[in-house]
Amino acid sequence: MICLKRSAPSRHLWKEGLISSICTLVSRVVGAMKSQASHPRTFSRGLQTVTLIPGDGIGPEISTAVMKIFEAAKAPIQWEERNVTAIKGPGGKWMIPTEAKDSMDKSKIGLKGPLKTPIAAGHPSMNLLLRKTFDLYANVRPCVSIEGYKTPYTDVDLVTIRENTEGEYSGIEHVIVDGVVQSIKLITEEASQRIAEYAFEYARNNQRASVTAVHKANIMRMSDGLFLRKCREVAENFKDIKFTEMYLDTVCLNMVQDPTQFDVLVMPNLYGDILSDLCAGLIGGLGVTPSGNIGANGVAIFESVHGTAPDIAGKDLANPTALLLSAVMMLRHMGLHGQAKKIETACFDTIRDKKVLTKDLGGNSKCSEFTGEICRRVQDME
Amino acid sequence: YPPLTTIPPPAKYGGRHTVTLIPGDGIGPELLTHVRELFRFCCVPVDFEIVSIDSKSTSDDDMNNAITAIRRNGVALKGNIETNHNLPPSHISRNNILRTSLDLYANVIHCQTLPGVRTRHRDVDIIIIRENTEGEYSSLEHENVPGVVECLKIITRKKSLRIAEYAFNAARQNGRRRVTAVHKANIMKLGDGLFLQCCKEVAAGYPEITFDSMIVDNTTMQLVSKPQQFDVMVMPNLYGSVISNVCAGLVGGPGLVPGANYGKDYAVFETATRNTGKSIANKNIANPTATLLASCLMLDHLRLHGYASMIRKAILATVSETRLHTADLGGQGTTSEVVQSVMREIESKGPRTSEQI
Repeated sequence: MICLKRSAPSRHLWKEGLISSICTLVSRVVGAMKSQASHPRTFSRGLQTVTLIPGDGIGPEISTAVMKIFEAAKAPIQWEERNVTAIKGPGGKWMIPTEAKDSMDKSKIGLKGPLKTPIAAGHPSMNLLLRKTFDLYANVRPCVSIEGYKTPYTDVDLVTIRENTEGEYSGIEHVIVDGVVQSIKLITEEASQRIAEYAFEYARNNQRASVTAVHKANIMRMSDGLFLRKCREVAENFKDIKFTEMYLDTVCLNMVQDPTQFDVLVMPNLYGDILSDLCAGLIGGLGVTPSGNIGANGVAIFESVHGTAPDIAGKDLANPTALLLSAVMMLRHMGLHGQAKKIETACFDTIRDKKVLTKDLGGNSKCSEFTGEICRRVQDME
Repeated sequence: YPPLTTIPPPAKYGGRHTVTLIPGDGIGPELLTHVRELFRFCCVPVDFEIVSIDSKSTSDDDMNNAITAIRRNGVALKGNIETNHNLPPSHISRNNILRTSLDLYANVIHCQTLPGVRTRHRDVDIIIIRENTEGEYSSLEHENVPGVVECLKIITRKKSLRIAEYAFNAARQNGRRRVTAVHKANIMKLGDGLFLQCCKEVAAGYPEITFDSMIVDNTTMQLVSKPQQFDVMVMPNLYGSVISNVCAGLVGGPGLVPGANYGKDYAVFETATRNTGKSIANKNIANPTATLLASCLMLDHLRLHGYASMIRKAILATVSETRLHTADLGGQGTTSEVVQSVMREIESKGPRTSEQI
């Protein structure tokens, strides 16, 4: 933040007031010149604060692994660890602890491990709480084939962008009469516009050539029709990006035959859920897939989408790849592309070499050994 | 395959069946013409009553004619009718209207790896049974507040029990060991919860069959990594669309898999993935296998098993011939070459006029 140098302490308050208001004006202008990917508040040392939520089960160990790797890479990240558990706030509403919320509001960037949802706990899932608290409207999952981790599909390179707040997951259901249930799927103009805009901006910022809207407007004419209309409208402002539309079933059919034909996919909630997991399956599963959630007000939370794996928790057997790749996604979001490439390359090289791999990747090394190997590679790259 | 034992055998007049034929759009008309050609060649005792549906017209007359014809004949073979999704919501998909008016509640798709077709996964053999009339396809939508649209997904106990009963019955009749219900009951607790509950109830009456359930997103992930673990799958309408398309893609694509829609009194046969194939229409490059296999399913339904297996064997022999593969299978064969080959294959096996074959 640029600030004019102040003169010697002056007894004239109006002068101080003028200087500070000029400071504010200048910083506002500077802030407006910054790119859309709103950078978080930088500390004077150049370190950026990130709220880290280790999570449950294997969460803590994979978070430690990521922190170690970032340290080895000398990434300018300052971690602020916070825990999230559901607490009942005033008025009886479930919410996350205030320390966690404040930290995230300040830093605007979060990295999250897996959170468990106890069954019949009385409160909604933690993921849902986080989503509501920060209005995380876009779930972004880049799916890139990992060289060295063989799946029947090679050369996958696509991104699924899923609307994360409404659609089929509105949670509105009624029993009309005994034996007849209706679930309501909600599509709004606002949310569709917002997700479409995000998708096109993402495509532009990441040099992607095309955006495909996935829908089922032949059957759900009004709802998916609205979604589609909004996508078409937004596409008008992004003439440099190719826009296509495709039915959900056609996308599924083509995806399992030739995933290379897809680039960026944007879709409502349910289709996004299914397709993003389908694409994760193409590259090797949830253990190697990164994920990011973009919220209103510039908040972004990157997370690993696998489970807490309580059976291997604490045994140094976990695979930190998913969380690490999400952290890499986070670095790119922050504009730290050099660091991101370094860490990503180290990770992929380690997997490609096949010498030190965790059990789920086909090896029998420990998590710490896998982490150590990546750290070594990162340091060698200096 | 799996015949509904409650349906009486279709009527035969003078020893011949009459089947309604709906050409549809795109590749439908040309492929169904090949079916007629093949049937004539094999002297199959089936007459087709052709009923066209003009997808451009907005009147209901064509649809009513088609529905009446199917009610009269009991059996139909159809191509996909195009839906212009830019028309207002009052214009409901014709295919959907057909399914709901005739109450064709079970969509059965059998995805099998075919010999001679190169795919990423081997030994896939999945029967998908999809509820065909309700769920997300209820076409009930409204806009209460401008800019906010609600779409209703309806799940009823009656239809869920019916489809579960169909699935378990089919599993039993085909000697299958396991039925998996695909759902999203962790999110749609009441709707899919009811569906799951009904499946569990029906499962209790089939103790020799293992019943389990899987959430739809996990299912798609499992399908692209290890599809061999699945046997019979039962699910509501929308997930059925996704899963059947994924499975069809796994075994070789839309040109290979036939589909059947069964109701209490009627049966309609078509391709599994219901594509119009507009971009490849009338170019003689479409893969006729799915449509031809659908016609075999129809022959089985008409209890003309001799003809059905004769034609099916010839089709499978042709499909394993790589040089005859059409563009969707990575080859350069034409539709007519495939059909000719099927006919030659049948001819080489001996006389085809006798009904006792």
